[in-house]
Amino acid sequence: MAENFGQTPSQTVGPYFAYGLTPEQYGYPLKEIASGRLASEDAEGQRIRIEGKVYDGAGAAISDAMIEIWQADAKGRYAHPADPRGSNADFRGFGRFGTGTDPDNRFIFDTVKPGASGDGQAPHINVTVFMRGMLVHAFTRLYFSDEAAANAEDPVLSSVPADRRDTLIAQRQEGPGGVVYRFDIHMQGDAETVFFDA
Amino acid sequence: MTDPTGYTPRDWGSHPPYIYADYKSTPLRGPTRPLVPLKATLSELTGPVYGHETIGKLDADLTKNGAKNGEPLGERIIVTGRVMDERGRPVPNTLVEVWQANAAGRYIHKVDQHDAPLDPNFFGGGRCVTDSEGRYRFYTVKPGAYPWGNHPNAWRPNHIHFSLFGPSYLTRLVTQMYFPGDPLLALDPIFLGTPEKARDRLISKFSIDVTEPEFALGYVFDIVLRGATATPMES
Ligand SMILES: [Fe+2]
Repeated sequence: MAENFGQTPSQTVGPYFAYGLTPEQYGYPLKEIASGRLASEDAEGQRIRIEGKVYDGAGAAISDAMIEIWQADAKGRYAHPADPRGSNADFRGFGRFGTGTDPDNRFIFDTVKPGASGDGQAPHINVTVFMRGMLVHAFTRLYFSDEAAANAEDPVLSSVPADRRDTLIAQRQEGPGGVVYRFDIHMQGDAETVFFDA
Repeated sequence: MTDPTGYTPRDWGSHPPYIYADYKSTPLRGPTRPLVPLKATLSELTGPVYGHETIGKLDADLTKNGAKNGEPLGERIIVTGRVMDERGRPVPNTLVEVWQANAAGRYIHKVDQHDAPLDPNFFGGGRCVTDSEGRYRFYTVKPGAYPWGNHPNAWRPNHIHFSLFGPSYLTRLVTQMYFPGDPLLALDPIFLGTPEKARDRLISKFSIDVTEPEFALGYVFDIVLRGATATPMES
């Protein structure tokens, strides 16, 4: 067996990530690589907004978390070499948003609804949670409340204890501005979100 | 042993736990229930791709990218290293983002209330993309230590924050690089939250070879991401 190098340990993102990782969102003079806006005018698909808060174990909304999302385009294709189909040119599929700029400490993503990727999984978005007070990031997934049939067949969702699956389902609401899926993340408590060892 | 779907697992013997009582904001923020195992699918074997087109001209030079009317104060340093997988294979063309305090231990961040001076010529954020051998390189100034509210007289050791993607969603890593010989390391619950056997991996090494004569001291910090056990999607 070849020499093995140990994984570099994770450390917390800390309270001061904003000017490094989400600078434009927070008003710092550095171009950001990603934001809460994933879909350009030209991206194909149904426009949706995803919003939610991150709650700590005392039920308080956390104001210094950073959420990243990773998703397929409207046809279920990923903009990455491991997906031979590629994505449409106007959709990269990655978003990043800190909870410190919204007065209610929400994260807000304007994107397109991902399609099913054709491998038996329901449409979903991968979600990563970082914050001060977490030495390691947490992986979770977002599914859609209006995809009940596909969700019922989804192998990952099915691997989650039935009484906790709801924590992964974003609730569809239709508002004046369009379709909003509400996805709150509970770090602890009775409604603790399911996090994955991915 | 090869798992055709992908990557070695997160090695929980190398990473800190979610809840580490000495770091006082962890007990209310870390998940408390066991993680649910997830076998990687296409969603995890893919991930955001940011290449050289992402990088502005001064992005990797923190001594210049925040300069207004002069050079930042402090000890000029070079931070470089290789990004690799667990078998030492380079991770090329991957984004490396960094942020840090200035030489006085002050962050430009609006909520940093530490009573130390801001430096009008130092911003503290930067990024670069690794080359074909997985190498990255930054110019910056050595960040100062700063106090924090974790416990009485708590001080963070000098450190630079790092954020990396690697080749897939699974290889994401956010970490901190420390400096050799820092006496604050032995007192820092963020560093000490790391399993003992893995702590050294967070400490950069001084290198006279990287040091540029009459210009800047050199530090080497290699970063090891989770490795692919086989080519993703080839099964
Ligand atoms: Fe820091």
